[in-house]
Amino acid sequence: MCLAIPGKVAEIQDNEGVRTGRVLFGGIARQACLDFVPEVRVGDYVMVHVGFAISVVDKEQAESTYALLESMGVLGEELGLGTEGTKSS
Amino acid sequence: MKYLDEYRDAKIARGLAAEIRRRSTRPWVLMEICGGQTHTLMRYGIDELLGNSVELVHGPGCPVCVTPLEMIDRANALARRPEVTLVSYGDMLRVPGSETDLFHIKAEGGDVRIVYSPTDAVELARKAPERQVVFFAVGFETTAPAHAMAVLQAERLGLTNFSLLVSHVLVPPAIRMLLQSPRNRVQGFIAPGHVCTVVGVGDYEELCREFHVPIVVGGFEPVDLLDAIRMLVCQLEEGRAEVENSYARSVQYAGNRAAQDAVERVFEVTDRKWRGLGEIGASGLRLKAKYAAFDAERLFGLAGVRAEEPSECISAEVLLGHRKPTDCPAFGTRCTPERPLGAPMVSTEGACAAYHQYRRHLVTL
Repeated sequence: MCLAIPGKVAEIQDNEGVRTGRVLFGGIARQACLDFVPEVRVGDYVMVHVGFAISVVDKEQAESTYALLESMGVLGEELGLGTEGTKSS
Repeated sequence: MKYLDEYRDAKIARGLAAEIRRRSTRPWVLMEICGGQTHTLMRYGIDELLGNSVELVHGPGCPVCVTPLEMIDRANALARRPEVTLVSYGDMLRVPGSETDLFHIKAEGGDVRIVYSPTDAVELARKAPERQVVFFAVGFETTAPAHAMAVLQAERLGLTNFSLLVSHVLVPPAIRMLLQSPRNRVQGFIAPGHVCTVVGVGDYEELCREFHVPIVVGGFEPVDLLDAIRMLVCQLEEGRAEVENSYARSVQYAGNRAAQDAVERVFEVTDRKWRGLGEIGASGLRLKAKYAAFDAERLFGLAGVRAEEPSECISAEVLLGHRKPTDCPAFGTRCTPERPLGAPMVSTEGACAAYHQYRRHLVTL
């Protein structure tokens, strides 16, 4: 449950006072709150947990973690793409 | 993708395992405290790779598993109320309460929704002002900032139909309880990487000093975990007890200050019951009095819902590292992931469920 997924910040918007990013996880785009990483810029990689970026990581390390999670088959679950009764992370 | 090869390279994993076996002069007992790490260790057979050089025991690091039975019953009671939309992470739907689970209540017509983020629940409340939207806020320190932010958003939006059923627990008090047990066998800890990403490593330094026990912050990939185990074995063999960080790509010493600030604004430390372990002092979070209007337990008068756990379950012994899941007479028979008797069989991150999934009861280790 405490897994976090690395993704690339493609766009940053102000969403009614909340700094929100469009974050790319491979081919999947998700909105994530960027309030906890005020230093983040477009193009940076962040670790995202339940829709919130909790740290900024470097690109190569992010890509490696992402590919590993994908190979473990847990990426869809972490991004909330599962159906009813999605198993744990 | 240079690093990809490094993280997945079996040669690197085998090299690290060989070094651990070479350095280790006795079977050190090490514990990881994160269910995600437990899952990785089992999935990749890291315990088998290390042979007798270390014994890996699995701590109470799955928030789904340690959520007490009566809190599940409270969520179930809420989900049955006609005016309530009960919102949760998918993990919680199959967790059995005393009588049933949220999945069955949903099948019977209860308004139960699964979301990816607590902000989705705030959005649900905004779009359906006639509904009482309750978010089941379960988790460790990693998840608490997101739940705090949901409350702050709801406050800013002036919502009066959004609340949290809070069941938040903190990792260090559970480690302290474990180390204080006269039967403790654990000699070194892999600290949870994403919990530390949020809170930093200060609390772990305190534990390290107090109990003279080595602690290494670990990541979630097989090579990360092997590296953390290697660092722990080196410390133990050299008689050192320090906090080291093997997951520096995400964890900074002080953690994430902005996330900590959100938690401090909304939550305060309280005693919490852990499924399998009982009550641990100052081991959880509750909403501050200022945010009482967002407290589902208060709004719906749920304090009276109480439940006792099945007595046959040895989960406390498993969660404290005293016994292995396969030592339990009910394991795989009267207790399975479909019909769990206790905490560690509840979610796939739990130690018993991980052993069951990877069929450790069918092989000789």
